[in-house]
Amino acid sequence: MIRTGKVDWVAHSILLLGVALFVLPVWLVFAGSTQDSADIARGDMSIVPNLSQLGIYSSVLTEAAPGAQPVWRMMMVSFGMALVIAFGKIFISIMSAYAVTFFRFPFKMLCFWTIFITLMLPVEVRIVPTFKVMAGFNLINTFTGLTVPLMASATATLLFRQTFLAIPDELVEAARTDGAGPLRFLKDILVPVSAANLAAMFVILFVYGWNQYMWPLLVATDPRLDTIVIGIVKMIGHEALTEWNRVMATAVLAMLPPVVVVVLMQRWFVKGLTEGDK
Amino acid sequence: MATLQLENLKKSFGTTHVLKGVDLSLASGEMLVIVGASGCGKSTLLRLVAGLETPTSGQIMVDGRDVAQLDPAQRDIAMVFQNYALYPHMTVFDNMAYGLRIRGLSREDIGKRVQDAANTLGLGALLKRTPRQLSGGQRQRVAMGRAIVREPKVFLFDEPLSNLDAALRVQMRAEIRRLQRRMRVTSLYVTHDQVEAMTLGDRLLVMHLGKPVQLATPMEVFEKPANTYVAGFIGAPSMNLMPAKLGHGGASAVLEDGHVITFADGRRPGQDGRKLTVGIRPEHLRPEPGGIEIFIDLVEPLGSETVVIGRMKNGELVSVKIPSAGSIPETMSVVIAPEHLHVFDGETGLRVEAV
Ligand SMILES: Nc1ncnc2c1ncn2[C@@H]1O[C@H](COP(=O)(O)OP(=O)(O)OP(=O)(O)O)[C@@H](O)[C@H]1O
Ligand SMILES: [Mg+2]
Repeated sequence: MIRTGKVDWVAHSILLLGVALFVLPVWLVFAGSTQDSADIARGDMSIVPNLSQLGIYSSVLTEAAPGAQPVWRMMMVSFGMALVIAFGKIFISIMSAYAVTFFRFPFKMLCFWTIFITLMLPVEVRIVPTFKVMAGFNLINTFTGLTVPLMASATATLLFRQTFLAIPDELVEAARTDGAGPLRFLKDILVPVSAANLAAMFVILFVYGWNQYMWPLLVATDPRLDTIVIGIVKMIGHEALTEWNRVMATAVLAMLPPVVVVVLMQRWFVKGLTEGDK
Repeated sequence: MATLQLENLKKSFGTTHVLKGVDLSLASGEMLVIVGASGCGKSTLLRLVAGLETPTSGQIMVDGRDVAQLDPAQRDIAMVFQNYALYPHMTVFDNMAYGLRIRGLSREDIGKRVQDAANTLGLGALLKRTPRQLSGGQRQRVAMGRAIVREPKVFLFDEPLSNLDAALRVQMRAEIRRLQRRMRVTSLYVTHDQVEAMTLGDRLLVMHLGKPVQLATPMEVFEKPANTYVAGFIGAPSMNLMPAKLGHGGASAVLEDGHVITFADGRRPGQDGRKLTVGIRPEHLRPEPGGIEIFIDLVEPLGSETVVIGRMKNGELVSVKIPSAGSIPETMSVVIAPEHLHVFDGETGLRVEAV
């Protein structure tokens, strides 16, 4: 990096512009959540939040609209779904990456390429057959049906494979001479050594799980399984009847958990994406 | 303590034959140093003994028991790797204790063994650190410690000191030697370092293209190299090798420029004119008038001595080691000390002894 004594105004203006671009919509939603729904619908919304209206948040959290769940319930569903998807994906991906990196078995490359090709088949593409399979298992409107089909992940598998490939052979061999079998090596050496990558992956996958829309919409029609993302969409009905302030308050709430996860894991996240823990 | 025997050990990767039949027998507590050019299969040999690779054919016997089919962990063999291969996320203590925990030793036993090893290696104060908080020499010690605590029957070292700086290497070399003497663990030690090769082992094995070419005490390998390859490989700078012919009655060698060197230790067999290669170490060439004329290319002052590299009339390179002198002339005449002459067959390269 080039360091000059004075502040680089051009660079800072560009950075500030970038920040504004990201923050402004969020700010508008927050400001909108504290104002009158009718004002918003008419289009004369102020960008200054009306702080006396902050009570809307507790009301949104706990009071359900008719036929819907309160926001806290939907957030629990989303949170559970994101967690299960993130952990499930990490578990499955570590296992498959472990297999294709450290073991020799028949059709290994075929397995690897099969996993690779599924990159081109995200849930949205195979949604009809996947739904049919879930229906066949009687998993429509269940938490299992909501989460399991989203778990397999070629991206995470490939990322872990890259991480594992960077591990020196001698480390594996040292563990072998120390008497560590495959599972023990995975648990005692591989996972701790890849901890930073795991954390980074967890953040990415948690946000992925949290933001799911298409699949939950299709597979879970039972309101008790409504995620927060679905919930927001359901709240937007006929233009005149939509309580925009409540929608916006819910949106703000929906943004919080991913932000918290990113902030909490930030140090690990950056480390895992940049340095490769060695 | 255990004996180690290799019988006709072979290893191929696909069609590349890396080891072409190695026979070796180590007495209990012996330390054998293995040297050889890069790619001659030294690491492969160690990895076969460790069980990290399966031999294509042949036997590996530890204490008379064939271990070729056993897992590395069951062989009671410890290996020290060139890049140490410490577990980066574990403390020094855990690095050493890991193998013992897997074997199910009691907590007290583990603590005691690790503590003992740490004291031996001077790691006592570092047990709580992780590898990244250690210097290269300290990491090397931890790697040794990890091998020691297991109290193995055989130690394998694959160039363990090559990542250290010169001073540390000298120190660790002495330490390894002392440790091995004290523990009397049968050891195989691979190195590229001339000094390690000469000083560390009870015996020295020189390998070439996947085959052992000479196995003897280091001094014997140095004084009586079995062929021109060993002659050129052991000793720094390398021995000068020159083509020659057997002189009249087998009593002398005649160099290409007509110089006659009478053998000091007796005549060599064969007809007059038999093709020979004669070898003379750089330190056994004396600058003296009336000898072989060389034209000096390069002068390397090493401090206590100076290596002079020049060419003979026929263009052959010759190096001469002389005590450090002020200025070196452009040409120089050197005399071969006949008692230090090595004689090899010109075709096969094998040593030709006096009869
Ligand atoms: N897994 C493998 N597959 C194919 N060839 C291999 C494999 N391992 C080693 N070789 C080949 O075997 C030969 C010997 O390798 P090895 O590592 O034993 O050499 P080395 O004597 O230890 O060399 P160095 O002194 O450079 O460490 C090399 O030519 C190498 O390319
Ligand atoms: Mg090697």
